[in-house]
Amino acid sequence: MSAMAALAASVAERFPGAVTASHDYRGDDTLVLCREHLHEVAEFLKQDPAMQMNFLMDLTAVDYSTFGRGPERAFFASSGVAVRPAPQIPDEDPWPGPPQGSRFAVVYHFFSTIHKHRLRLVVPVEDSAPEVDTVSDLWAAANWLEREAWDMFGIDFRNHPDLRRILMYDEFEGHPLRKDYPVKKRQPLIGPVN
Amino acid sequence: MENNPSYFTSRLNEALGWARKYSIFQYPFVTACCGMEYMAAACSHYDVDRFGAGLPRFSPRQADVLFVVGTISHKMAPVLKRIYDQMAEPKWVVAFGVCTCTGGFYDNYATVMGIDTILPVDVYIPGCPPRPEMVLDGLMKLQDKIQDQHTTGVRAEPEPRPDLAETGAER
Repeated sequence: MSAMAALAASVAERFPGAVTASHDYRGDDTLVLCREHLHEVAEFLKQDPAMQMNFLMDLTAVDYSTFGRGPERAFFASSGVAVRPAPQIPDEDPWPGPPQGSRFAVVYHFFSTIHKHRLRLVVPVEDSAPEVDTVSDLWAAANWLEREAWDMFGIDFRNHPDLRRILMYDEFEGHPLRKDYPVKKRQPLIGPVN
Repeated sequence: MENNPSYFTSRLNEALGWARKYSIFQYPFVTACCGMEYMAAACSHYDVDRFGAGLPRFSPRQADVLFVVGTISHKMAPVLKRIYDQMAEPKWVVAFGVCTCTGGFYDNYATVMGIDTILPVDVYIPGCPPRPEMVLDGLMKLQDKIQDQHTTGVRAEPEPRPDLAETGAER
């Protein structure tokens, strides 16, 4: 067991009800958490002397609603020649796949500049109530990252101090990185819809 | 005088056009990666100063030509329109790079599909990014346009944008 895997195991041991799955695909330790326990686990990761995850490297979300349903095999439009799909390289340690049964996942990447270790948290979020607790009280960087996740995916971060759009304009309706947002739908402020 | 041109006034207008085309003050509206290419083309290696366009003004009030360099998003579009409206006549617009010409490959929720949907454009310089030769060629075409406007007294209309609904192209 590597030092990283030990890290994930110690979190899983301390919060047995919170961690639903874990893997270390290609050396990146990942814990799948239920969202009720997110904030306490995050607080533990920030403050425990053995963890000291003082750097929130990234916070983002994934929409898995079309996962595995790829487009038809591509054709060169002009020639009609079918493109051969990329050969599947067998993987001794295959990716365990997305969290089951929920549309979204909020993903947190933590790093400790003191212990030089990192950990990824995946929090599955249902479509019916897309909300999780904010961690912006622990990491100031989470403020804008959560605003971005809200802007792009419509995930509500409870107790966020200022949850409003950060990339799109206020007049924009919908959340453009959701898979059900039409790919070419535009909402121009001026000029024609084109 | 425009309606009754004599030899003298037409030669004066031509001289005015000559003066204007060799003293282009640009406003570089740089938003994206084309900006690097614009800087390379504008600096001494390719030297737009040879064409009298070597003095960028960062105030729209003092600029003659709006160089729109880089992708314009729908969030940025009102700002660009406002910059254009603030410029004093006579003014010209150059679309630098394929994103400003047509939106390029950004066929998505965020990008304006060509700045000619919001502004009249005089010269299109396509390319991702355009070669410096194309930039200089575009600049010379703009000079021709400026000269022509003063010689004939008529400003050339911007090229019409094809209506997608009429051509039946898929949106």
